[in-house]
Amino acid sequence: MSALGKVVRAGVGRRRVQTVVMVLTTMMAVTASIMAGGLVVASQAPFDHAFARQHGAHLTGRFDGGRATAAQVAATAHTAGVTAAAGPFAVVTASPQLGSGHVVMNGLPPLTIAGRAERGGPVDAVTLEKGHWVTGTGQIVLAATDNGPRFGGVGQTLSFPALPGSPSLTIVGIARSVSRTADAWVAPAEIAALTKPGAAPAYEMLYRFAQARSSADLGRGKDALAAAVPPGALSGTVSYLATKHTADQETATFVPFIVAFGVLGLVMSVLIIGIVVSGAVSAGTRRIGVLKSLGLTPGQVGRAYVGQALIPASVGTVLGVVLGNIASVPLLAQASDAYGTASLTVAWWLDLAVPAGVLALVVASALAPALRAARLRTVQALAIGRTPQVGRGRFAARAAARLPLSRAVTLGLAGPFARPARSATIWAAVAFGAVGVTFAFGLGSSLSAIQDGLNQDSPGQVTVNTFAPPPGPGDGTGAGMEAGPGAAPQPGRPAQADTAAVARAVAAQPGTAGSFGTMQKELAFAGVPGAVSVTAYQGDSSWGGLQMVSGHWLDGPRQIVVGRRFLEATGKHVGDSVTLEGDGRSAAVRIVGEALTVGDSGMEVAADAGALTAVGVAVRPDSFAVELAPGTDRGDYLRALNSALQPLGVEAFAQDSELSATVIAMDTMIAMLTVMLVAVAGLGVLNTVVLDTRERVHDLGVMKALGMAPRQTVAMVVTSVAGIGAVAGLAGVPLGVALHGYVIPAMGNAAGTHIPPVDLHVYHPLPVLLLALSGLVIAVAGALLPAMWAARTSTAVSLRTE
Amino acid sequence: MSSTANVIDIREVRKTYDEGPAALDGLSLTVRAGEALAVLGPSGSGKSTLLNLVAGLDRPTEGSVTVDGVRVDGLSETGSARFRRERIGMVFQFFNLLDDLTVTDNVLLPSQLVGAGRAQARARAAELLDHLGIARHARAYPGRLSGGERQRVAVARALMNRPALLLADEPTGALDTASGAEVRRLLTELNADGQTILLVTHDLALAEACATRTIELVDGRIVRDVSGHLGGTAGGSVVAR
Ligand SMILES: Nc1ncnc2c1ncn2[C@@H]1O[C@H](COP(=O)(O)OP(=O)(O)OP(=O)(O)O)[C@@H](O)[C@H]1O
Ligand SMILES: [Mg+2]
Repeated sequence: MSALGKVVRAGVGRRRVQTVVMVLTTMMAVTASIMAGGLVVASQAPFDHAFARQHGAHLTGRFDGGRATAAQVAATAHTAGVTAAAGPFAVVTASPQLGSGHVVMNGLPPLTIAGRAERGGPVDAVTLEKGHWVTGTGQIVLAATDNGPRFGGVGQTLSFPALPGSPSLTIVGIARSVSRTADAWVAPAEIAALTKPGAAPAYEMLYRFAQARSSADLGRGKDALAAAVPPGALSGTVSYLATKHTADQETATFVPFIVAFGVLGLVMSVLIIGIVVSGAVSAGTRRIGVLKSLGLTPGQVGRAYVGQALIPASVGTVLGVVLGNIASVPLLAQASDAYGTASLTVAWWLDLAVPAGVLALVVASALAPALRAARLRTVQALAIGRTPQVGRGRFAARAAARLPLSRAVTLGLAGPFARPARSATIWAAVAFGAVGVTFAFGLGSSLSAIQDGLNQDSPGQVTVNTFAPPPGPGDGTGAGMEAGPGAAPQPGRPAQADTAAVARAVAAQPGTAGSFGTMQKELAFAGVPGAVSVTAYQGDSSWGGLQMVSGHWLDGPRQIVVGRRFLEATGKHVGDSVTLEGDGRSAAVRIVGEALTVGDSGMEVAADAGALTAVGVAVRPDSFAVELAPGTDRGDYLRALNSALQPLGVEAFAQDSELSATVIAMDTMIAMLTVMLVAVAGLGVLNTVVLDTRERVHDLGVMKALGMAPRQTVAMVVTSVAGIGAVAGLAGVPLGVALHGYVIPAMGNAAGTHIPPVDLHVYHPLPVLLLALSGLVIAVAGALLPAMWAARTSTAVSLRTE
Repeated sequence: MSSTANVIDIREVRKTYDEGPAALDGLSLTVRAGEALAVLGPSGSGKSTLLNLVAGLDRPTEGSVTVDGVRVDGLSETGSARFRRERIGMVFQFFNLLDDLTVTDNVLLPSQLVGAGRAQARARAAELLDHLGIARHARAYPGRLSGGERQRVAVARALMNRPALLLADEPTGALDTASGAEVRRLLTELNADGQTILLVTHDLALAEACATRTIELVDGRIVRDVSGHLGGTAGGSVVAR
């Protein structure tokens, strides 16, 4: 070892920049791979994983305490087929108010609250995201939803003014139940205080079954439970399948994008490691010649160079694993929000597989050129190295010299042609970087455009609800369990105002640029099983329509606009007619367009009010959407409008487009992955330029001796890669656009919708021009540092270098 | 140009590298325009160091170096680059031609760096190549030329901007006898035409043929300073200055 070991150690120590670059590159590559790999793995059935980890409840049963005792409910744990059970937990549904004093937020949806002393257990082991579990009365833990906690944060107060003594609870924690068994949890002793006087107590029991694959399995389980308690005591059940379906669909939209970025990151890592390691070894050809002249065998040379590459690569790999795991924390946290599952961590095997793969790659990349060099005749190896094979790129050099540019620049421009292989590697690194940037830009733009499109289901800057706020909170015992916890029980429908009067008041209000009313109604279409959720538009909605995939927005009576699912379900096309069935009447309505919609699982239909009146359904808008004239202050407008609306008993409020957690998570991932890709591309350039300037240190010294100033040296070195960068950028942009054109529709497919052209066509001339420059920017940024080093190297020293 | 003007004026220069002994130790030297000064001395005596200081490639640890009226030791990197391309021509032992440029392009380089007019520069290069007898290789690459031819290309390149001072470090060191003689003749002619030359060499024949004055360095000090060459005719002073 000793002689060989010394050679290796000297090789690592002498080439400090090279070593640092190698450490940084492997670190970046490992970090990127772990992040990307972690996301890809996490996006494989995250619901199932989280569900398994929490021992999620296959079925949540609710029992009427008036018909069964707690002991009878508890005994259902021994029903055939049940493998694990938790409970009974007393549950209550109550409407809270957030805050106290003046700052009160009213009209919050009622919460299904379970009394539960422990968050763990054999079923539904809830994950705590913030704060702590309830430790006594006066405390409440809220369930996190897809978009974070429903409302309120740790430390805030929820009060229940409709209950005797108007109890108030402090939010002490936010927790996530994958199987969504409750909206909030309190200490069991608290339940009595939250129950309306005279209301029957209710119990919740959580079950896991041996067989729980299908709804049929769960149906059998439910029947067995119902039979185990007195008749009618099992008032409702919720199966995990619906929750799983929603979660899986959200996840599916992520997968194409994560995979695209992951693959891009992995290819890039492989490429850059190849470039850096083989570059380092090739640059050592002369040194290999010297070593061979001293009597090292080709095998020893190979081992020496692999060792030389492995030392920094191992350091980089270890750092990368650490960094990758750290960087994945916020990323996976956002992914878990987006997936609606409890926090994810990097799969443990990735922390082993990625380093192993990277190190294997390093060995392979080092071995090939080292063995090639080792097999060269010693004389040849000694002759190679200082300058490229003379004769290459002469034509380009002569052509460049004729350009009316400074000599330093024309020398730089000709540089790449003298070293075609090295130039090709820079080209590839920069092109990948440009693909990444272009793809990321398009992805970000499309996602926000799609988000805007989805927000069109609540258009306008101001909304007026035509239903007066409910007179009091809903009754304490929710019944509609089939809809899942958290769904508002149907309270007595509040009184609706005179919608025509509301429309007039809104239209008359100064500052109103446009307004229209909408009404939700479940209606039937001939040939479509079940009811379809129809939104009727009354008034001129041309400014607030949905984003169109094809066809046009509603502009006349008896028109409807539908989503892709509806078209697929009915086998119809845009332009066809379908029969809308109303109160005893039916009428043909025409599909005038396909829109971006995911409401009601993509079956939602937008209809002109005329279509509903045609089948005898009166349209009395639930709400009005209002667009303000430019320059109108929304606060002033709201105050004025609300005083005008007061006699009608309704209220107007500001409508803000919401940013979904999914989009925020995607934006974060896009940003992080892009930064990594660009950094790795820049490192690839830096490394290559370092090698290049080191090899040409003698020539650079000569030029400096002839009077080349530092700035001219920098210009020469930078232009030697700027051209390649510019060309690579130009090539990367169309590739990135193509990738985007493939991934976005795939994401749409996963979500069950087509993507409207406005969301797809985000590459406008100006951004494309800037993106095309990205290659140039990456190349220049990567070359600048080594160019400055080259300019600063002492001329006297470089001339001594043989 | 007055023949009495000092092209080089070095005062009390010390140069040390890291912790080592001084490579130049309190050296003072003036060279008048038109002189051809040969610097002799054993290996490691500081000859190349002296040349580097004059060319502004390195800075003295102490003392001042003035070349053609310019304080070289105080120049920035950019300043010394500009100084070199305008006033200094350099010739090296191993030619230091750029292998991927043609002979003409190598020769043109200094004028391109100062941004001189194209046509004029080309004319000057052609004239130099012709004068040095290598015009037929104008479009060749240096790799094809013999050592002597390469050194003549290097000299042509050094003369391109009509430097006030021509520096040469062992210009015959890598040449065979015949080629060495060619270069010797060339430098002598140049000096006869008035070119000031500072020449570092081991080659006594070169010093003899070309130098109007010779100094000898030992351990960074001038130990001899004679008119003509060392075994010279006119019994010059043997005093270190
Ligand atoms: N860049 C440097 N770093 C450290 N020491 C140096 C450097 N350049 C020269 N030296 C030292 O300075 C002293 C003078 O070196 P210099 O190159 O000037 O000698 P020289 O007279 O040109 O020798 P030769 O005839 O062998 O070329 C030597 O001891 C040398 O080791
Ligand atoms: Mg020397």
